[in-house]
Parts: sequence; C-alpha cells; structure tokens
Amino acid sequence: MKGPTPEVAAGEILLAAEAVTLAFGGVKALTDVSFDIRKGEIRAIIGPNGAGKTSMLNVINGFYQPQKGRITFKGVTRNEMRPHEAAAGGIARTFQNVALFKSMTTLDNIMAGRTLKMRRNLVWQLLRFGPAMQEEVEHRRKVEEIIDFLEIEHIRRVPVGRLPYGLQKRVELGRALAMEPDLLLLDEPMAGMNMEEKEDMCRFVLDVNNHYGTTIALIEHDMGVVMDLAERVVVLDYGRKIADATPNDVKRDQNVIAAYLGVAH
Amino acid sequence: MRIDPKVEADTFPKLLLHNAAARGSRPAFRLKDLGIWQTWSWAQVLEEVRPFSVGLAALGVGREDKVAIIGGNRPRLYWAITAVQALGGIPVPVYADAVADEMAYVLAHAGVKVAVVQNQEQVDKLLSISDRLPTLTHMVYDEPWGLRDYDHARLKSFEDVQALGRGKKDFDWQKEIAAGKGSDVSVILYTSGTTGNSKGVMLSYDNAIKSAANGNAYDNLNENDEVIAYLPMAWVGDHVLSYAQSFTAGFCVNCPESPETVVEDRREIGTTYAFAPPRVYENILTLSMVRMEDASKPKRAMFHYFIGVARRWGERILNKQPVPLYARILYRLGDFLVYGPLKNRFGLSRIRVAYTAGEAIGPELFSFFRSIGINLKQLYGMTEASVYVTAQPDGEIYADTVGKPNFDVEVKIAENGEVLFRSPGVFVGYYKDPDKTAETKTADGWVHTGDAGFFDGKTGHLKIIDRAKDVSRLTDGTLFAPKYIENKLKFFPNIREAVAIGDGHAFVSVMLNIDLTSVGSWAERNNVVYGSYQELAADPRVYDMLATHVIEVNRWLAEEGPMAGAQIRRFLILHKELDADDGELTRTQKVRRRFIADRYAPLITALYDGSKEVDIKTEVTFEDGRKGAIAARLKIRDIAPVAASAPPLGKAA
Repeated sequence: MKGPTPEVAAGEILLAAEAVTLAFGGVKALTDVSFDIRKGEIRAIIGPNGAGKTSMLNVINGFYQPQKGRITFKGVTRNEMRPHEAAAGGIARTFQNVALFKSMTTLDNIMAGRTLKMRRNLVWQLLRFGPAMQEEVEHRRKVEEIIDFLEIEHIRRVPVGRLPYGLQKRVELGRALAMEPDLLLLDEPMAGMNMEEKEDMCRFVLDVNNHYGTTIALIEHDMGVVMDLAERVVVLDYGRKIADATPNDVKRDQNVIAAYLGVAH
Repeated sequence: MRIDPKVEADTFPKLLLHNAAARGSRPAFRLKDLGIWQTWSWAQVLEEVRPFSVGLAALGVGREDKVAIIGGNRPRLYWAITAVQALGGIPVPVYADAVADEMAYVLAHAGVKVAVVQNQEQVDKLLSISDRLPTLTHMVYDEPWGLRDYDHARLKSFEDVQALGRGKKDFDWQKEIAAGKGSDVSVILYTSGTTGNSKGVMLSYDNAIKSAANGNAYDNLNENDEVIAYLPMAWVGDHVLSYAQSFTAGFCVNCPESPETVVEDRREIGTTYAFAPPRVYENILTLSMVRMEDASKPKRAMFHYFIGVARRWGERILNKQPVPLYARILYRLGDFLVYGPLKNRFGLSRIRVAYTAGEAIGPELFSFFRSIGINLKQLYGMTEASVYVTAQPDGEIYADTVGKPNFDVEVKIAENGEVLFRSPGVFVGYYKDPDKTAETKTADGWVHTGDAGFFDGKTGHLKIIDRAKDVSRLTDGTLFAPKYIENKLKFFPNIREAVAIGDGHAFVSVMLNIDLTSVGSWAERNNVVYGSYQELAADPRVYDMLATHVIEVNRWLAEEGPMAGAQIRRFLILHKELDADDGELTRTQKVRRRFIADRYAPLITALYDGSKEVDIKTEVTFEDGRKGAIAARLKIRDIAPVAASAPPLGKAA
C-alpha cells in the first residue's frame, strides 16, 4: 500500500470483505464470508468456539492470506497484504492472549506502538539529539495522553509482566491506540475479566470510539457487552456467515439461536 | 488573631487578591498532568479564577446561591470554590464517591443552583438524579472525556465558562469581592452522619480563616511549605489544609495525578506538612512491610535490626531527651541505611509536621513513624470547630492523648464527662436545622462534641475516652467508659473481644473472648492440649495468663486520674466467640452491648453476686443456619485493684 490513501467519510464503508475463503489444508476456516465495516462504527463479530472469528481478524490485518476473495480497505482492493503494511495503513489490533513485551514498562510498551510514526532514522534516534529529541518529546506527549485516558498513571513505570491480567489488557489497548489507527481490531478484550474490569473496558472502548472517532471491530463472547457496544453484529458459525444485523435482531435470529444452543435432530 | 495585621483580608477572594499582589510569582497550585508537574503562581491563579467567577455570574450565580463542587482534588475545583465565594455564593463540596441517592439528598437539601464537577462520571450521576434537583440549572465540567455528544444546553466546560466571563467586560468583579464580609457563610460542609441523614455545617469566613491562621501559627507554617491534596474535598480536614491554610499562609497545594499515584507524587514533591486519618499511615506502613518481605535476606536483617534500634531510641531522640552516645551513633547509621531511604519511599523526607486525626491511632503504628524520625502528632478536631480543638505541641507527644487546646480555643469538661469547646472556629449552625444547632451549640458559644474525655493530670493533655452517650457511672460516681477499658484490653493479642460492665454497679467486671490464633499458638508452645475453643477458654492456665493482662490494664487505669476507680475487679472468659451471626456483634464487628446484657444476664448476675462459678446455656446459630445450644460452667476470677498511688510499673504509651 504505497502512496496517499484516500480518506473515507464517516458512515461510508471503511473495509469490505468479499467472499473470503480461507483454508488450512483440508480444513476450511472461512467459507465465502462477506461483510463490511463502516467508518466510525463499533462492529462485533460473534460466534461459537472455532467459528472462525480470530481467523477473520487475521485476514483483515494481513496475517493470513485468504485463498479466495478480496479485501477492500479505504477504497483500495488487494489480494495480498503483510501485517506491517496493514499496520502502516492504519489497522491496529490486540490479541486474545495478551502479547506485550513482559519485561518492559507500561510506558515503553505503549511507546513501542509509536514506532511506525517515528520519522527519524535509527542513527538520529540513537543520538537522541535535536530533531530526534523533539520528535521523541512529541511521541511521549501522545503516549502520556493515552496513559491519562486509560487511567494507568500509577503503573507507568511498572514492568508489564508484574501487572494483573486486566491491567495488561488495558496496556495492550494503549499500545494499539498509540498507532492512532483508523481501524482497531480487538480480539476478546473482556476475556477473563471480572465485572468491574469489564465495565471499565466497555467505557474505554466507547470513549475511544466517541473521542478519537476510531472505527472498532471486536470479537466478544459476552452478549451483554455486545449489546451495549456494537451497532451491527456479524455472526459466524463453522466458517460461514449466518447472520448480519443489529444486536437485537441477531438475538432473535433462529439460525443464531441454533448455532449457539444446538437444534433437536 | 495571628494573621498578618497589615492584611485586611477577611474572605478567601480578598486573600487571593492579596496573595497575587504580595507573592504573585510564588507557586500556589501544582497538578501532575501527562506525567509532568504543571505549576500555577498566585498571580496566574487569579487570572484563572476571575474569568471563571464572572462566567458563573453570567450563568446566574449570585449572593447566597449554593454551588456544588464534586470531584477529586483538582486545582480547578479549588478555584471554583474561590470563584463562587467572590460572588457571595456558597460552595458546597460533596463527596465524589457518594452514590447517586446520597448526592441527591445533599444537593436537594442545599438547593444547589450550579454544580462544578470533575468528569463524565459525575455528570452521569447528576443526570440520573436531575428530576430530584429542581433548583439545578447548570453543570460545569473540568475533563471533557466522553462528554462530546452530551446535550450542552445545561452543560458547560470549565473553559466555556471562562470564555463567557472574559466576554463580559462590564462586570465589576472587585466590587463583588469587596461586598463580602468575614461573618458571611463561606462554605457548607456536609458531615457523613453515622445516624440518619448528613448535616450541613455552615462555616463563616471568620471561622475558616481565623482557625486556619491559628493552625499556621501553631506549627509555624509559611509560604515555603508544600502539601499534597488527596483527601476528599468535602472533608473539613482537606478544606482547611488544602484551601484555608494555603490561602492564609500562601503555601503551595499539589494535586496528584490520580488517587493511585499519591505516594509516588508525594515523593516527587517532598511535602512538608500533612494531615491524614490513621488508615493512611497504616497503608504506607503495610505497603513497605510487604515490600520488605520480598527483599533479600541481608537487606531484611538490616532492616529489622535498625527498626529495633529506632524502636528503642528513636522517639527519645525526636523528643530531644538524653540518650547515650552509642545509641546516637547507631541511630545515625540507621538513618543513613534504613530510615532515610524509607522516609524517601514514603515521600516524607522533608516532612516537618504530620498530623493524624479522625479516629484513635494504634500506639504501635504511632510509635513506628515517630521512631524513624517523622514528627507525627495527634490532633483532635471536628467540622463544627473548623478542625482545630486540640493538638500536640512539638516535643510533647503521647500515643494516648490528643494534645492541648490550640490557640484561642477553650476546652472544658461537662459534669457527665463530655468535652465542650469554644473558639473562633465554632460553626455558624447546621443548614436548615436550627433544632440540631441549638442541641449542639449553647447560646454562649460552647459546642458539645459528643465525646467524653478528661485532662490528664501529668501532661495536661486532653484524653478522649469514648462517645459521651456510652459513658456512665458506677454506684460511687466514678466515671465508667466501657469502650476505653475494652480497647485497652484488646491491645493484648490474646484478647480478641471484651465486654465491660459497670453501669449502675459497684465495680467494673469484664467478659472476655480469647484470640484462638494467638492463645492457640501459646498452647502449642506450652503443651496445653485442647479440643475446642470452649475447652481452651476454660483452661485455668489461660485464666492465669489473662489475669496478668487484666492486672496490667488496671495499672494503666490507676494512673488515669478520674478512671482510677473504674478498675476491673472480676472477669470471666466466655465459652463461645461473640459472633455477628448470633447478633452479638454488628456486621462491622462492634459489640452490641444491650443485646449481650440480655443474652448473658445470668453471667452478669453471677459477676455481681459473688459466685465463683456460673452455669450458662446459650443458643447458637451455625454457619449453615441450623440452631443448637452450648452449655457450659464458667469460672469467675477475682482481681485485686491496684492502688491509685502505686508506682507505675507498666508504661501507658
């Protein structure tokens, strides 16, 4: 993805997946899945275990290459993309199992999210002088704003590995935000959290969406959370899309109920 | 009044004008924001307050209008207080963590017109109760996070209001300030009542300013001091320390980055003056003890050795008492290796005066801080006094007194033992509650504290013993304070719970619960075999051990003047642990005296009819809800009283 990417207006389609099919050998992870994400919305992807949700995110950020189908992001259609290209293009993500630099502090972890925004080369940065210093100060300011926003001032200098799980998730969100993404992919951001942590996380997700205008696609199991956050929900089951509607409609959808609860044979 | 006589500032807005002129470039407020300390000088504060105040006037705030201040310790919220006061309005700080219902009560009772709040959380809370607040016209917020899409018809940002004020050129702000007088109500502080709804304590400018100025003089506070503001703004302690004393002395108030970073922030600032309830000191100590447990072995050994040295000599050195040279050298070394780094960790390296107030502090905790060289002192105060009633002067520190009356404070003890005081800080009255006001404050200005106490003969310090309503008398007229005696008993780790009886009797007797962990480990070490709590409690050797504790308490009481006659003459050890499930304790583990008196009536009869043994059968509730009965024969032990003139063998502190 070279050259300036065209801006997408709010409410327009930011990303569209068309007939995406992904297989690992004989196992079909995704079959003919199509859906879109509009700029500014919170989009949820739900489905039973093994439905292909994480695979879908991995396709979106270029980690997997689908055998068939196309992804259109910001009006540019492509067949193949690398994760770093996705990151440079404005897609950031968090992982189902926290993937942070455990021995680095919260501050350094989030600062790492700024790497792609650094303009000076390695030599300048090592010298930490003049324009490089100025740049670092600006990045630090951004990072501090994120720390303030996520209310993690007290763990600024604590190595991430020593933090409880809920806080690590928050730091990971912070690192994704540091990239100032156009599209933020969250893979089960509330997994393993208690009620209070979930509520906090919900508030942060809403605030990110509201304040930065960031488009968010998230995978979540907790239907309550999905109902509170998402405007539209895609439901996957065995790699196929079985529903795509508002949370309320999805809850009443017979196919969805069958997928989650099973049907009598 | 000891305020600079040249300053004719009798209100906080006038003090702000004075400070901006007299020490305009000195720091007044700091806030750690995005990891960096931002500073505002007094002159800059004036430039922030003025437009905000005029903006509030544009929103309709005028004389006597109430404005709620809700949120954490943020400079802008303190400035809002001054801004309201400049217009002759009355700020009402509210506990930020209050649930919506409590907040609705306070705001409706005060009839607030405008609320200045910290953030979205508080805005949401106010919106959820807005139907109960007909007088509320506007909300002003400090932090815009998450509020962008809210309806801004009644909602304004701090900057919006300042802009509104800057646009209003024809407003004569100075004239509004000049119209304020010292006798006006400056603030209404709602006290968290333990019973019923909270009461709004009205303090005048004279109350707050004179009391603060006296406090400054008592501890020589001046513009070079630094404090950190982290206790609720609605608490009188914070209002006086972070607002009134800062404005009168001109020192700088530092607002932490977040409630979780206080210790770190305090360390960076190096505060010189502090004021906190005992639990804050307890937290600091626990945190460092836990960390110490993770330290390497030699470090831990060094730590414990020098803490031992400090325990032995530290307090005497702090009190400037004579100590041997080797102790001084050891203490110096300890200061270099342990106490210094520890104080630095606590953020207390530069502390000159630290007060503990609000409730009784454990003597262990108190001595620990003093032994490593922190001038921790006790203070007795209340909202109705604009804080100060008594405080311990430097060098006269005892773990069990609350000190001497502050400047201009008179204290007397009523017939029933209740402490009364009169001072320039005595509150104007409870808002909209003249009956309660009359109950608390006499016509000639004496305030009933509701606490019973006495002046200690040796030190001349006030000692608080109990709530006045719990204090009664023995048949010979001796003062009997059950909680005081029970707390003394509970200082012993072997005693878990104690119930003192004496009201209307000739002498005091107590019923005790042993602490199963502590006595159990004693039993293990001394080969005492037992099968149950009941068995251990009835063991004669356990009785012997507890008898020595009771005698020790009697020795303390013998030195306590009016309490000397209330020594424990008989005691027994209960056959079961007092339990909240059986209704014997409250859920917060307080003894329910009346209930116990009924339930154990046969025991009490036996304690006073001279019997050596008594049979009792008690119904108990098991954890699964089943009921059963425990029967037991309890022995009663007699204790000879210690003569009041006996040489003190134990140390009270």
